[in-house]
Amino acid sequence: MLGGKPLQIATRGLGTTTVFDVTGDIDLAHSPEVRKALLTEIREKKTPKVVMNMVKVRYIDSSGVASLVEALKASRDAGTRFLLVGLSPAAREVLQLSRLLRIFETFDTEEAALAS
Amino acid sequence: MRPRENHRMAGGRLLRVELPSDPGMLCVVRGAIERLTEAFGFSEPEVRSVTRAVDEALTNIMRHSYGGALNRRIEVSCLRIAKKRAANGEGFEVRLVDYGPRIDPAKLRGRKLDEIKPGGLGLHFIRQSMDIVEFKRDRGANVLRLVKFLPQEGRQGN
Repeated sequence: MLGGKPLQIATRGLGTTTVFDVTGDIDLAHSPEVRKALLTEIREKKTPKVVMNMVKVRYIDSSGVASLVEALKASRDAGTRFLLVGLSPAAREVLQLSRLLRIFETFDTEEAALAS
Repeated sequence: MRPRENHRMAGGRLLRVELPSDPGMLCVVRGAIERLTEAFGFSEPEVRSVTRAVDEALTNIMRHSYGGALNRRIEVSCLRIAKKRAANGEGFEVRLVDYGPRIDPAKLRGRKLDEIKPGGLGLHFIRQSMDIVEFKRDRGANVLRLVKFLPQEGRQGN
C-alpha cells in the first residue's frame, strides 16, 4: 500500500469490557482492519461492552462510518453494548451529516463510558 | 480561525497531480487539499468539508469506477475561480478524472438517510459539502467537478 500512515489498533481488556484505542485515519485504506477487529470482538467473543476510543482518530470517512454502523448492529443482535469515546470534530461532523450520531452511545471520556 | 484576508493565491490552476488508484494515497491527497483550502481562506469547518468531499469522491472512483484495482490513473486538479466569473465570490474548484467505465448518472444519487444501514453515504457527504457537484463523460473519461465558494464578506461560513 502506498503513502498511507499505518493505523494502530491497541486492545485493552478491563473485566467484561474491551477498549479499542485507535490511532490514525479511518479511511478506505484502513476501515477493513477496524471492521474486522470490532466484529471479531462483538460476534465471536461476544464481549458484553466494547468501547472504541477515538481520541486519536482525526479523520473518518463513509467506509469507516459503515464499519461503526455494522459493529453497532452486531452488538444489538448480540445483546451487548458498543460505545464511542472522544469523537473529533471531523468524526462528529460525519456522524451528524449522516444522521447517525443519535443512534450511537457517545462519551467525551473513557471514564464516563466505563461508568455507564 | 484564521482571518479570511490572509489568503493571497495566484489565479487559475493551483495544483495538478496524477495518482494511482491505491487507497494508501488518500491521506496524501487529504493533506494537500487541507493545506490548499486553508491557504485559500476557508474556515476550519469549510476546510474539513472540502477535504471530505474530495476524499469521498476519490474513494468512489477507487471502489466503483476501478473496482478496487490499485494501479489505475486518477487526475486531480485544483483551480481558483476568480470573483468576476463567480456570482457567489471566489471559488475553489476540484476536478477529478478517471478512465473507468461510463457511470450511470442515476447511480449518483446516494441513499436515503432515514434508514440505518452501512454504506451509501459518500455521495451524500459530497453533495452536502460542496456548492456545485457536476458529472460528465468526456472523451472516454469520467469527470467530476466540485466547487466550493468562499462565503461573501460579512457572512459566516458553513
